[in-house]
Amino acid sequence: MTQNPGTDLRTDWFADLRINTPAVERRAATLPTRRSLKQDHQAAWLLNAVRCIDLTTLAGDDTPDRVARLCAKARQPIAAELLEAMGVSGLTTGAVCVYPTMVGPAKRALGNSGIPVASVATGFPAGLMPLDLRLAEIRYALDQGADEIDIVITRAHVLQGNWVALYDELRAMREACGAARMKAILATGDLKSLENVARASHVAMQAGADWIKTSTGKEGVNATLPVSLVMCRTIRDYGMRTGHKVGFKPAGGLRTAKDAISWQVLMAEELGREWLTPDLFRIGASSLLGDIERQISHHVTGRYAAAHRLALA
Amino acid sequence: MSLVNDIMQSMEYGPSSEDASAARDWLARRGTFGHFINGSFTTPGQVFDTRDPSTGDMLARVTQGAAEDIAAAVKAARKAQKSWANLSGTERARFLYAIARHVQKRERFLSVLETLDNGKPIREARDGDIPLVARHFYHHAGWAELCDTQFPDHAPLGVCGQIIPWNFPLLMLAWKVAPALAAGNTVVLKPAEYTPLTALAFAEICQEVGLPAGVVNIVTGDGETGAALVAAEVDKIAFTGSTEVGRGIARALAGTGRKLTLELGGKSPFIVMEDADLDAAVEGVVDSIWFNQGQVCCAGSRILVAESVAERFEALLRARMDRLRVGAPLDKSTDIGAIVDPIQKDRILSICKAATDAGADLVGGQPQDSCFIAPGYLKNIAPANPGMQQEIFGPIATLSTFRTADEAIELANNTRYGLAGSVWSESATVATDMAARIKAGVIWINCANMFDAAAPFGGYRESGYGREGGHAGMLDYLAAPGPKNGGEGKLKPLDAVTDATAAKPQGIDRTAKMYIGGAQKRPDGGASYAVPGGLAPLGSRKDIRNAVEAASKAGKWAAMGGHARAQVLYFLAENLAARADEFAARTNKREVEAAIDRAFHYAAWADKFDGRNVQAKPGHLVNTIPEPMGIIGIACPNRNPLAGFLSLVLPAIAMGNSVVAIPAQNDPLAVADLYQVLDTSDVPAGVVNIVTGARDALAAHLALHDEVAAMWYCGTPEGQASVDQAASGNLKPVWSVAHRDWTGNDAQGQDFLNHAVRQKTIWLPYGALPSGSGSAAY
Repeated sequence: MTQNPGTDLRTDWFADLRINTPAVERRAATLPTRRSLKQDHQAAWLLNAVRCIDLTTLAGDDTPDRVARLCAKARQPIAAELLEAMGVSGLTTGAVCVYPTMVGPAKRALGNSGIPVASVATGFPAGLMPLDLRLAEIRYALDQGADEIDIVITRAHVLQGNWVALYDELRAMREACGAARMKAILATGDLKSLENVARASHVAMQAGADWIKTSTGKEGVNATLPVSLVMCRTIRDYGMRTGHKVGFKPAGGLRTAKDAISWQVLMAEELGREWLTPDLFRIGASSLLGDIERQISHHVTGRYAAAHRLALA
Repeated sequence: MSLVNDIMQSMEYGPSSEDASAARDWLARRGTFGHFINGSFTTPGQVFDTRDPSTGDMLARVTQGAAEDIAAAVKAARKAQKSWANLSGTERARFLYAIARHVQKRERFLSVLETLDNGKPIREARDGDIPLVARHFYHHAGWAELCDTQFPDHAPLGVCGQIIPWNFPLLMLAWKVAPALAAGNTVVLKPAEYTPLTALAFAEICQEVGLPAGVVNIVTGDGETGAALVAAEVDKIAFTGSTEVGRGIARALAGTGRKLTLELGGKSPFIVMEDADLDAAVEGVVDSIWFNQGQVCCAGSRILVAESVAERFEALLRARMDRLRVGAPLDKSTDIGAIVDPIQKDRILSICKAATDAGADLVGGQPQDSCFIAPGYLKNIAPANPGMQQEIFGPIATLSTFRTADEAIELANNTRYGLAGSVWSESATVATDMAARIKAGVIWINCANMFDAAAPFGGYRESGYGREGGHAGMLDYLAAPGPKNGGEGKLKPLDAVTDATAAKPQGIDRTAKMYIGGAQKRPDGGASYAVPGGLAPLGSRKDIRNAVEAASKAGKWAAMGGHARAQVLYFLAENLAARADEFAARTNKREVEAAIDRAFHYAAWADKFDGRNVQAKPGHLVNTIPEPMGIIGIACPNRNPLAGFLSLVLPAIAMGNSVVAIPAQNDPLAVADLYQVLDTSDVPAGVVNIVTGARDALAAHLALHDEVAAMWYCGTPEGQASVDQAASGNLKPVWSVAHRDWTGNDAQGQDFLNHAVRQKTIWLPYGALPSGSGSAAY
């Protein structure tokens, strides 16, 4: 997978942007009703969602052992006997996502599984630290072995329409990330309007983000389908202009197996099937996996599993 | 490799068929259907098959309704009507509420049955048709409850014959039955021959809720059955279907005095301005012409795009079209299902062929096996191409461009139809202006094909007349209070006079003329006829032509606003009063007083006959706006020549119409004296045009003129029949005005204004911020 090289800042690419919010809401509301998945197809799509999960813990009380438990779940996200019954092997989550100080423990816990470690950085979640410290945090995470960096943007730059400042900050972060792939968290719940979301998406992609990501999980409103729809359409437009495929990561709003299907339908319908792979689609989630495993368990056994029968993340 | 593994590679959706067993069991159990008359099903007679268009399989056999069946149904409805109307509003409301509840309880069953019979995707039946059916009955349960207080002194019409199409079978039934019953009418409904099944299931619901026998009767059959219903002794026909059949019904009913509402075809414009959210507009096309296989009378089938964004719009449209899934209607992932019948499929393909033969390019739109046609659009197409004029009624839009807003409107209105229009612009300034200027009954701003029971729906022009839904829809099932239609005695013989001896000149000779375009004109034929007080010009077809031409140039009268029109009407009253004695000499004092009263009355109304804000859906500003018809042709009664004339002309012009009026044939000279009053009162040239002469002949010429939007006729039954007949040409509504004492109190009021306007319903979804941001819109 090649990195998105980005472009110069091109505000003209989004200067004439028009977004009709009610129309976005309508499309987002009807998208999940237009496609239905049953039985083996539903199971396969749910397992595909697992493949795309950035299994996440970003809590103040994280410890190395807690992270190790998460990593164990990432290596075996669905009980082995369930996978075996479906003839699926080697399924892991897309990555684990942790704070920079937990990258080391995560790397050790994941060993040679090949599962990448993503680290949040740049003063997550608010991002209101001096830029040099934010860049130093990226370098620290890389030094700890992070494979991917989830950065947060300065929301003020968007709210003030200061695209040059936003672009320059993102460019600096991109450079600090080096060979690691960069996800740009826009914190859409703070940006509020869909136009803001779309403009910020464009600048992030122009600055070289490999994925654009909705939320930190800490905003009042996290990933929603309407916001995701708007971001996907900017990915489409950026691709049409540059030929580069940028990934998408909804985070913080996906909790149920149904959510996992809805978002995948969104990717397939608005961007195409290519966006159903971990290279171009990640789901930032923690509790989602448990609900998917319950559905898979039901698919295989015909019974609904009690939570205590499934391995904890 | 396992199956699940394979799917994880392909990420196909796979089949996801809705369970149809309940509907199929019901069909197997019922097998062959009779009609539903007087509360029970009749023994099946001569039957025909109804089929699943996606497979061609027979679903059931239903009975071909004969004239006797219609007669029996009408008799049952007639018998039931009085006691139904005599129930209290609350009692009727309880039945309608129960129907709504039962529809909801059988939502899945009805959705599947609709999909089987019609071929529409189960998603649309499940999320669109059936919930709207329930909503319609709930809403009208409310109107039943409120009918007496909200429509004081109105009466039900009686027995309503209702003929519905196959594109939204149960929903169209609901649109027809719910308001009729709420208002106290009983009905005989004929569902479309392709799709009778949900109507028959509805009959069972009527039984379940204990609806009194005869209140709802359903007779199945084809066009002949429909014709028998049109010919039957009913009080109203409500028809939804093709413009050609609608025209035939209008002709058949000419002169019968039966009420008629028509909801007919369309070729609705879908205008994408350069400041539109193009993705939203593309999705709007999906909701328009790629909804219900394009078998939607109000579908935005003529896409007009600003040249500056046309290329990008088409690229997005094409990409979106390519992701639509054509397939089994019962599959929950199907976007485009089956066309209702092979005959319709052939019709769609033949219009597409005519369009491409005339030079258009068809993108997509290819026929597939069985009754399927892929979505598509015709490009490189202009108004002269038949594909841009005819209603295709399939999943094929036309795509063409415009340069500026005025050109967009010109193209949008370049059609014989006027059902709906869709405008896409992020500027409220632009969008609302476009909405005002499109000549159609429903305008969707930044949305498409939105429906709600509270939002009136219906057309302009050859898309029909009458409204369904909301307050306006109720009015079409009620008779306004007013005098019974009496007669007016004999018209005096009318002979052209060639010499001047018939009139005795007094003082300087005065020559009464006609009044056209603000100027007094001699009749084209150069003849006069003798009337009390002298000679009146004998108008002809050519004078009518000139008068209509002048009326069409009346310009800003409608746009100047209610306040300014009121000022003119007050001024008219003032000037009439100043010459009261002179007019009293022509007529009498009482008539002149009535005339002045009328001017005051309609001056008062001019800035108060408001539309409504409709409680359709949260987050949607839905307004109905009474718009002038355009040109109204008015044939006046002989009784009270001055008061009768002004009682009809003033409400029409108060609402912004221009009129071509034929004054009292027997005694027109009082009106001839009005010309100077009109001039001095600042009535703009062309707003009032007056042609004297043989009323019925002139009225027929007016009714034949396609530029005339509506006819008011107050005369003889024979004259009425010929006006009705002539008006069916461009499907103009005809108001048969009852004779009365035109100086009396019932010669003015809201009923006159209701006939002077047609409601335009404008939908405007709003919302600055998306859901979750505290917006009231979601």
